Amino acid sequence: MTSVAHAKPAGGAHDAHHAPMSFWRKYIFSTDHKIIGIQFLFVSLFFLLVGGLLAMQIRWQLGFPGKPMPGGGILPESMVSGGVILPEYYIQLVTMHGTFMVFFAIMPLLVGVYANFLIPLKIGTHDMAFPRINMWSFWLALLAGLIMLAGFFVPDGAARCGWTMYAPCSARPDLSGATYSQQLWSISIVVLGLSSVMGSVNYITTIINHRAPGMTWFRMPLSVWALFITAILAVLALPVLQGAAIMLLFDQTIGTHFFDPGAGGQPLLWQHLFWFFGHPEVYILILPAMGMVSDIIANGSRKPIFGYHSMVFAIIGIAFLGWIVWGHHMFMSGMNPTLGSTFMVSTLLIAVPSAVKVFNWMGTMWRGNLRFHVPMLNAIGFVSMFTIGGLSGIFMAATPVDIPIHDTQFIVAHLHYVLFGGSLFALFAAIPYWYPKMFGRMMSERIGKLHFFLTFIFYNMTFFPMHIIGMGGQMRRIYDPTIYDFLKPQQPINEFISYSAFALFAVQILFAFNFLWSLKFGKKAPQNPWEDNGMEWSLPNPAPHGNWDKTPNVYRGPYEFSAPEAGDKDYLPQYVKLPTDRDPIPAPLSAGGH
Amino acid sequence: MKGRIFSVVGGMFLLTVCSKGDGTVQAAPPAAQPAVPTADVSAAGGTITGKVKFTGTAPRNPAIDMSEEAACKAKYKTTPTEENVVAGPANALANVFVYVKAGVPAGQTFTAPTTPVVLDQDGCRYHPHVLGIMVGQPLEILNTDPVLHNIKAIAKANRPFNVSQPTAGMKTTRTFAAPEVMINLECNVHGWMHAYAGVRPDPFFSVSKEDGSFTITGLPPGTYTIEAWHEKFGTQTATVTIAGTETKPANFTFAAH
Amino acid sequence: MRWWLPDAGSTFARPIDTLFLAILIITGIALVVVEVGLVTFVIKYRARPGRKAFYTHGSTRAEVIWTAIPAVTMVALGLISNHYWVIMKDKKSIPPNAYHLGVHAKQFEWQVTYPGADEKLGTSDDFTVRNQLHVIVDQPTAVELTAEDVIHSFFVPEWRVKQDAVPGMHITAWFQATKTGEYEIGCAELCGMGHYKMRARVFVHTPDEYKAWVAQQAAGGSE
Repeated sequence: MTSVAHAKPAGGAHDAHHAPMSFWRKYIFSTDHKIIGIQFLFVSLFFLLVGGLLAMQIRWQLGFPGKPMPGGGILPESMVSGGVILPEYYIQLVTMHGTFMVFFAIMPLLVGVYANFLIPLKIGTHDMAFPRINMWSFWLALLAGLIMLAGFFVPDGAARCGWTMYAPCSARPDLSGATYSQQLWSISIVVLGLSSVMGSVNYITTIINHRAPGMTWFRMPLSVWALFITAILAVLALPVLQGAAIMLLFDQTIGTHFFDPGAGGQPLLWQHLFWFFGHPEVYILILPAMGMVSDIIANGSRKPIFGYHSMVFAIIGIAFLGWIVWGHHMFMSGMNPTLGSTFMVSTLLIAVPSAVKVFNWMGTMWRGNLRFHVPMLNAIGFVSMFTIGGLSGIFMAATPVDIPIHDTQFIVAHLHYVLFGGSLFALFAAIPYWYPKMFGRMMSERIGKLHFFLTFIFYNMTFFPMHIIGMGGQMRRIYDPTIYDFLKPQQPINEFISYSAFALFAVQILFAFNFLWSLKFGKKAPQNPWEDNGMEWSLPNPAPHGNWDKTPNVYRGPYEFSAPEAGDKDYLPQYVKLPTDRDPIPAPLSAGGH
Repeated sequence: MKGRIFSVVGGMFLLTVCSKGDGTVQAAPPAAQPAVPTADVSAAGGTITGKVKFTGTAPRNPAIDMSEEAACKAKYKTTPTEENVVAGPANALANVFVYVKAGVPAGQTFTAPTTPVVLDQDGCRYHPHVLGIMVGQPLEILNTDPVLHNIKAIAKANRPFNVSQPTAGMKTTRTFAAPEVMINLECNVHGWMHAYAGVRPDPFFSVSKEDGSFTITGLPPGTYTIEAWHEKFGTQTATVTIAGTETKPANFTFAAH
Repeated sequence: MRWWLPDAGSTFARPIDTLFLAILIITGIALVVVEVGLVTFVIKYRARPGRKAFYTHGSTRAEVIWTAIPAVTMVALGLISNHYWVIMKDKKSIPPNAYHLGVHAKQFEWQVTYPGADEKLGTSDDFTVRNQLHVIVDQPTAVELTAEDVIHSFFVPEWRVKQDAVPGMHITAWFQATKTGEYEIGCAELCGMGHYKMRARVFVHTPDEYKAWVAQQAAGGSE
């Protein structure tokens, strides 16, 4: 925190403390958390596009098995022959779609972008605790993404044992058919883990140590709480994955046999390690979304968040329980069935804090004065679809029902409802919401509304029917369902899903256009366009380097919408000092000042 | 600091990409040839010819139940059998790969023909069952069946491959960069499908026909060790000396066990 | 066109399908409450000039209610589910009179070993057939799953049976088919490029049909 004695010139002149920075230091190798957040935004949106293109090819093959794909001719013979996707390419597609979406799109969009961008702004400090490590976190993430992308260009093609990379398939090139890319996958993951841990260390330290005077723990917005808990999950979980990936890399290259049963290894060891990471990972992928949605719903409802403390405890509860449910991915794996029983209990229990959050969001909207700006629309969409995703999880949690459902399209429906219906819709809310703070302009409301409605419709048309074909028994990751007599009757549904998916993808052009066009031509943003209470809205748009020249004071909680003290306004920001407010006592001088 | 990290990561990258060498890198297909000669026909040079037989009773080739692949089963009027031992009249032994193992003058190189050796998958069986091919000569794998076949080449001196052909009419071409006797080819979808490829640096090889006969032509003068390989009965060798353009005999008799 | 779970073909199907339906009803109610609630609020509480939101930070009573009800429901669900889980998956639940078959999964086929006339696996009259699983109706059957290379998964939808086959492990899965007829095994764990083609045919026979088939295999014998 900045010491009182360290007088700064007024008027956003933090820059005066630096020698003038070159373009490279300012925008490319920047240590400013906001620039880093924006860098993550552009790179992650690119990988989101990559993941989407892979999905389109998957849907082509599943909807029209064995038919030549339009544009297939541009791909090499080893992937597409005569326009027809080959089985070995198909399994690369499903593997890399999952990998890119989880590790290089959703996780960095939620954490890399918004942890970086929002945390210092929302707690009232000028940057992260370790700005240079923060910069490294971005460049390592980019490097990891490029290594992963390289998998498509090496001999034999990309990794192909599913994004879950089960051994022995992943450890044995002679069995998977992929000589180099499985190793690249492992290396990429190790590098990405490093990026994640570096970022998390920053987020945790900054939140614990650098909150502005008056920003007590229970005055932090839920977005910050969620990002804080997420960072703790990440710093503990990613190293487990890195360790597993290194073991896998050693099996692949230097002749160890951690996962090779022929030499005393255990295939199930990979699954335990992977899912011990993997389950906290999915909470990493949803908690920040939940946090930002809370901020946005409170704003859109013009009401405090209903049950703020419960919401905090629910985040902590989800994170805590998230460590002891990993075995629910392994009910059919051959592990001791008694473990199945214990994991079922913990998994069913984790439904409870999630339900509590949904009810509290509804409670926030209840008797509110609802404004349906684009972020609010997408946030409500999040609540409605995350509910479906969460409820479908209960089917799998009940172990006997998981027997027919496991590894079918039912799971694919569930995971897409929480990751797309959940996380991605939360991003469709967050991106326009904080766009003015990032770029000084507004995204178009009209295009945003059209994008929301079309996406919502085509999204449900694409993913809801997957529950049905999963119930019917369609297994995951199969190249041609029509091989099976019991699946042939469902093939029309696969076609319908594919058409819906193509439409869904096409509609995203609206978002891409809106995002890019508004950078230059969007309406210039007023300082607080959403009439929000967060600390970040006390700054001009875009927020300047160093944020505040003088550490701000915090006078109240984050959601004082429609408070009686607000008078005729229906919001009361955290930074506004009313005549009845006293200045908070600054915290003792810490070493972290600028 | 930056440099050190990059070199460590770069080093890890190179370590893995380079350490998984399990054979020479596949060479590019050979350039276009000036006119003939092809693999095994040369007007000049000696010839080794002979017959391969076996003693004892031919073991029964197991029947293949193709009912799981209706499209292939339909191509047969009688139940197809495996081709472990293909016997001809008077205990002739087919599908024996006979080749010059030693004796070719050192330093002599032979250009591989551009005409491919064709391996066809028809009726869920490989045709031919045993083939010979030169280093660098294209192997054209054809799928005549309307079902998925994968062709997995289990090679040690060469880079293994595993490619799929899900529909009829698909063609995949591969070449081998190093001599190897024999490379196993198999389909994992139809576990009874096996073929064997003998890759040689010279054109001096032949596969015995149903009457057991084989012919190796175009041999320069010299003393040669020829080897006969059979998938079930093992290998046998013989020594033959060629002086000019004469034809010398070499016969092999395997014991059926 | 199929809209529901496959036809029930084993003794497991009824409890699983009933549990499925129960969960569907419970989650369906929750879904309706949430979605109808959202739509109602969106309409009823939309901003209009002169309106103000109701300033409240929440209600402890509401929190207790909507925490307790889901918690109790989940615990009940867990207890009921576990009862059936133990029956279906616990080694001790395999009926002592179960007819044992060996199922060896490899890229990309199922090799089924039958115990032959002496009905004991591991003896000299065992025979192995590729991609054909023949079982007896109304007879508890146990498949001893092994895998050659990578993880595969034995899945017969109508029987509600699924079990991963893991290299290095010997896992027994049991079931009792209740209807004669022809079904299919699908591999339910990504195992390579031929994963989708790892299909086997399943035949549920009457005891006499099965005996006749075994005899025919011993005599003719195909691979």
